[in-house]
Amino acid sequence: MSDGAEPLAARLSGIFKSYGAVPANRGASLDVAAGEIHALVGENGAGKSTLMRMLAGLFPPDAGRIEVNGRDVTGWSTADAIRAGVSMVHQHFMLIPTLTVAENVILGREPMRGLSLDMAKALIEVRTVAEESGFRVNVHERVRDLSVGEAQRVEILKALFRGARILILDEPTAVLSPPEVQELWRVLRSLRESGGTIVLITHKLDEVMAVSDHVTVMRHGETVATMLTTETTPAAIARAMVGRDVDLVMVSSARRAPPLPSRPSPPLPAAEGASRRRPTATASLTPLLVQSLTVKGPRRERRVTDVSLSIAPGEILGIAGVEGNGQTELVEAIAGLRAVASGRIALGDRDITTLDVRRRAALGLAHIPEDRQRRGLVLDYSVADNLILGRQASFAHRPAGRLDRRRILANARDCLARFDIRPADPALPARALSGGNQQKVIIAREMGGDFSVLLASQPTRGVDVGAVEFIHAQLRAARDAGKAILLVSAELAEILALADRVAVMYRGRIVGLMPRDEASVETIGPLMTGAQDAAAVPA
Amino acid sequence: MTALAIRERAEEALLPPLVALLIALVAGDLLILSVGQSPASVFALMLQGTWGNAYGFGQVLYKTTTLICTGLCVSVGLRAGLFNIGGEGQLAAGGFAAALVGLALPATTPSLIAVALCVLAAIAAGGVAGWVPGVLRARFGAHEVITTIMLNFITLAALNWAISTRLRVPETLHTRDVHAGALARLSELVPAFHGSAANVSLLIALAAAALTGWYLFRTRGGYDLRAVGLQPEAAEYGGVRVGSVWIRALTMSGALAGLGGINFVLGYKHYYEDGFATGYGFLGIAVALVGRNHPGGVVLASLFFATLSQGGLAINAVVPRQMVDVLQGVVIIAVAASVPEVRRVLRIGRRRSAEA
Repeated sequence: MSDGAEPLAARLSGIFKSYGAVPANRGASLDVAAGEIHALVGENGAGKSTLMRMLAGLFPPDAGRIEVNGRDVTGWSTADAIRAGVSMVHQHFMLIPTLTVAENVILGREPMRGLSLDMAKALIEVRTVAEESGFRVNVHERVRDLSVGEAQRVEILKALFRGARILILDEPTAVLSPPEVQELWRVLRSLRESGGTIVLITHKLDEVMAVSDHVTVMRHGETVATMLTTETTPAAIARAMVGRDVDLVMVSSARRAPPLPSRPSPPLPAAEGASRRRPTATASLTPLLVQSLTVKGPRRERRVTDVSLSIAPGEILGIAGVEGNGQTELVEAIAGLRAVASGRIALGDRDITTLDVRRRAALGLAHIPEDRQRRGLVLDYSVADNLILGRQASFAHRPAGRLDRRRILANARDCLARFDIRPADPALPARALSGGNQQKVIIAREMGGDFSVLLASQPTRGVDVGAVEFIHAQLRAARDAGKAILLVSAELAEILALADRVAVMYRGRIVGLMPRDEASVETIGPLMTGAQDAAAVPA
Repeated sequence: MTALAIRERAEEALLPPLVALLIALVAGDLLILSVGQSPASVFALMLQGTWGNAYGFGQVLYKTTTLICTGLCVSVGLRAGLFNIGGEGQLAAGGFAAALVGLALPATTPSLIAVALCVLAAIAAGGVAGWVPGVLRARFGAHEVITTIMLNFITLAALNWAISTRLRVPETLHTRDVHAGALARLSELVPAFHGSAANVSLLIALAAAALTGWYLFRTRGGYDLRAVGLQPEAAEYGGVRVGSVWIRALTMSGALAGLGGINFVLGYKHYYEDGFATGYGFLGIAVALVGRNHPGGVVLASLFFATLSQGGLAINAVVPRQMVDVLQGVVIIAVAASVPEVRRVLRIGRRRSAEA
């Protein structure tokens, strides 16, 4: 911190922490003043969450010292942390869906009368805390009926009910729509007014600029800079995050991005002349055609309802929407990972509705899955083995299926070089790579070969700024090479930066479809929250 | 991968079992002291009764053979993410099928053909016993732990019924002698093994271990199988039919256990006897655990547990035989507990040396 006069709510100094052989924190230090909103930014894998989890008592550091309100609390437990008023709201909510808001909030700190629960008192207490911090939430509602934004408010409420004075929020906006984000900022500011301290973990620079007082940047497990937010710029923060200048079109906010972002020519592989081709309506064959697709979830509920879309060669169709509105199910149904209840999917002239994953892939369907660590990679397999996932049959000899190790290795060396994956060691397990490099392995595998249609689901989620640039360049290059791309992203800025047409999904339906020129935060934002819950617009 | 990385991997694979062994040794010392004996002399006795003479070592090899098969059975299942606890029933089914075929063949059948048919019968019977829970899992979602345990009861009860009502030699619980398809004792090759039960099934089991290792790590089938075990969603994404792999893995798993049946039936007694499989199925779980689900590790772990088991007989006069059962339990618990702990310590040590 620039001035040491303010009292410190938390001070972390010289923190080291490793997961297995992978260092997550390497001498990180952070001072958080009481009553401020402190943004902690950095690429994925920079060690932000790790550092904050130690402050919240989830595990001890290997070395270093953690102080809260001037007291040495190094290596404390979560119970100790909660007692001392330090609480962390995780990306994945820890709520019990079948209980009401009030029941969830008081869990673990139930007001008792004798041996029985004093529900009347509990309700009063929960309402009091909610009103004091300016929450709008119905305490009687069951958590499973809440929207994601509301559920997140319950998590925060729960922390406040436990007496949290230092609140750590881990990427809180990842699951929120733009209006919900604004609501969250309002709540955080009001918490700050009442003397609360907030650490906001994020990788979105517009959020830093919007709410924080100070910003600390982490890179490779170290804290490289702490700045007064009013005295810095997104460009300066981005430079600190990656250690060099970056193209901010992709990383800055939709709000701050120019209405029609200029397209930098792809700096990297396969960059054919960056002349951008408009999608041709006259294309004889539509690479991907989806007609009246309906997909059901495990309890027979509709996840995707009557979705129709088509993508032309050389076109990126962006699907915007708050996460959990059927995008995952739509993509998985097209990829063959999820059964279709009704409707039709065609790849070129082939109806693929009933084909399995392997046959669809063989017909030229590539897929960058949204959850790379669960679906996209076998983390304990080597990079070389991961680079053949989905094509393992073509690397095996008949009839016994002996794998051709020489070709697998040659393929790996080729991919590592072409896509600049680091470290360039084909024998390393995928687990040992950073998020950005893991994603590059998937990109290399899916986009390195022959394909006509690409499903790109959250392709830059949680990867570092450098990798975002790289991946966007790859997508543009593929588009310019005539591929059809379905891009699903929770980041509106990404959709606006890449897509030629934008569709908006809400509650399993496509509620809006427009050319890029008409798409903006103002036109798309309301659709994302169902403000215009109209019938699906045919593509 | 660098030489350093390879060394680190080897350390992580080998150190936990060794630490567990050390813990078991200490626990064994305490147990022996508690019955008023000297640990050194008891362990010396144990070693003398197992590795110290040809007969004892032959018995160790005999037990090793069956354990390799049931250990591989559990390992293949676990590699696919499935916990096959039905090794015992599958082993018994394999032995029973081998005996049936042996009994059905005329005594004049050329021995090579008879052996081949009996071995195939053992593999097939074990395979079927594994295929059933595989299908139940893939098609109906029935958890394999439940179904394999229950199939153990069903298989063992059915075989007991068949033996006790139809096939037994009166006053016994075994079949008539099988003449076709008998396997040579090792003593015919190495006279010093005379009298011990070790037979050429050992070589077949070692070949099965080698083949299993080749399949798991060198073929596309093994690639798919391990991917399903590690991350089923990623395997599915990679075009692998997860259900088919489950069925295939449990069938192979059962077949490996079934193969173990030839050790007793074709190699040792030349008849099927009710209860010959007792204990081997569950010890197979321990073997797989200590052997880290690797065929090479399974062979070594089988040798270890066979030694412990045979050693128990050797020290029976001095300390209670049950001590060996306790020691087995200690080893298994120590391995289960020491794998994460030893890795943690190793990694902390490495970081320290890296920082220094």
